[in-house]
Amino acid sequence: MDAILKLSKINYAYHSYKGETKALSDISFSVSSGEFTAIVGPSGCGKSTLLSLIAGLLKPEKGEITLCGKTLDESTVNVGYMLQHDHLFEWRSVYRNILLGLEIQHKVNAQTRKKADALLEQYGLKNFRNAKPSDLSGGMRQRAALIRTLILEPELLLLDEPFSALDYQTRLSVSDDIGQIIRSSGKTALLVTHDLSEAVSLADRIIILSRRPATIVKILPVTFALEKDTPMERRNAPEFKNYFNIIWKELKTYE
Amino acid sequence: MNEFSKGQQLYLRRLRRHHRIVIVSRILILIFFLLLWEIAANTGLIDSFIFSSPSRVAECFWEMVIDKTIFLHIGVTLYEIIVSFLLVTFFSILIAVILWYSRKLSEILDPYLVVLNSLPKSALAPLLIVWLGANETTIIVAGMSVAIFGSILNLYTSFTSIDEEKIKLIYTLRGTKRHVLSKVILPGSIPVIISNMKVNIGLCLVGVVIGEFLAARNGLGYLIIYSSQVFKLDWLLMSIVILCIIAMVLYQGIALLEKWCRKKF
Repeated sequence: MDAILKLSKINYAYHSYKGETKALSDISFSVSSGEFTAIVGPSGCGKSTLLSLIAGLLKPEKGEITLCGKTLDESTVNVGYMLQHDHLFEWRSVYRNILLGLEIQHKVNAQTRKKADALLEQYGLKNFRNAKPSDLSGGMRQRAALIRTLILEPELLLLDEPFSALDYQTRLSVSDDIGQIIRSSGKTALLVTHDLSEAVSLADRIIILSRRPATIVKILPVTFALEKDTPMERRNAPEFKNYFNIIWKELKTYE
Repeated sequence: MNEFSKGQQLYLRRLRRHHRIVIVSRILILIFFLLLWEIAANTGLIDSFIFSSPSRVAECFWEMVIDKTIFLHIGVTLYEIIVSFLLVTFFSILIAVILWYSRKLSEILDPYLVVLNSLPKSALAPLLIVWLGANETTIIVAGMSVAIFGSILNLYTSFTSIDEEKIKLIYTLRGTKRHVLSKVILPGSIPVIISNMKVNIGLCLVGVVIGEFLAARNGLGYLIIYSSQVFKLDWLLMSIVILCIIAMVLYQGIALLEKWCRKKF
């Protein structure tokens, strides 16, 4: 298996006038192509910082991040990033929100427009193409945000608690929904969450982080003996509870 | 659509009644005030030489319509207001964008902007006359000076208070700072820009009238000063009434623009 993403000994600290806050210390792991990895940890432990580093929005103080063996500056790997909130712009229609990334990257053409329409249809938003984002339900908004990310054809998808702003019921169905979309399209994904059941239901592998400054406590492979490996099925499987308890205990000991 | 329930019909009737009362009351207050003024002036309760009267104001207006001088004064003032308003709108957006672009520059200039904003701008007008001469340019600059500093500060505050996460989104889509400006900051600030325009049009009017007091040979501000010097109070009050109407019309114009923008965006 070839590693699409590799982090070695990443350190990061936030600076302010009052002093320095160490966020990450010596984080090393790699993600293989097509794998769904989840990162869990107590809130405020620097999980989101990790994604910002991988997306190149922040620079690590020490350590190196490589994508397909190349450093972030040289890499041509397309990285998609989904934030906690959908941030659909109210002054744009759903369709024009979806084109935002393409517009920025100067990739709007007949072909990508067609693809946008195809994705809208595929994810059940066809009738809301020209609607305003405020007319959409929370789950639909999140799907629109996913299309905005997917249309750029990312090879690596970073998900920063993308379901946390939704109410519980919507959250279950959307994480189910989006989990399957990502799996069926064979994308590599890195999900940051503080919801343990979400991590267990979605991921192939779970990385458990300690409190700040975050270090890796344990990397836990997740396998379910299921015919149809969907998040919903996983939640009902007997292994689910075991994984949940393992992670719970790990987080407790390092608290 | 005609099949409203009893409750809905009652509600609508009440609502219409409410609106009717509001409008009729507004008109009645105006008529009552004008009548009171007219009667008081005619019966000698107030000195009509100092207080004029509605009929004398109207008569005076009609005379000036016939000799066409009124159109010149209104036209000049209106032109100066609109030019200074447009310049204020343009430059305040431009400067606010520059300040947003460079945090360093905005921090360096902050105390200067605050001082200029709180300075009574009428104090600048005599200086402008010396520098620029007693002409239209001076009046337009005087109009601008009243509105521009506050406008810059308002817009800058609005630009910097846009959700950080929305800006992060642009960067995650591999955009640059230019994209942040064109895709988030400017479109997201349209409501603020328009409400800012509403304030500015009023302030420009103030500035232009101050300018005309000091440096004009035409315009309503000039007419006010001139008529007070020769004690033609009919002219003076007429000019004030016309300024009221101009202020109202311009404000409504921007309100219309706002409505249009709401629909569009």
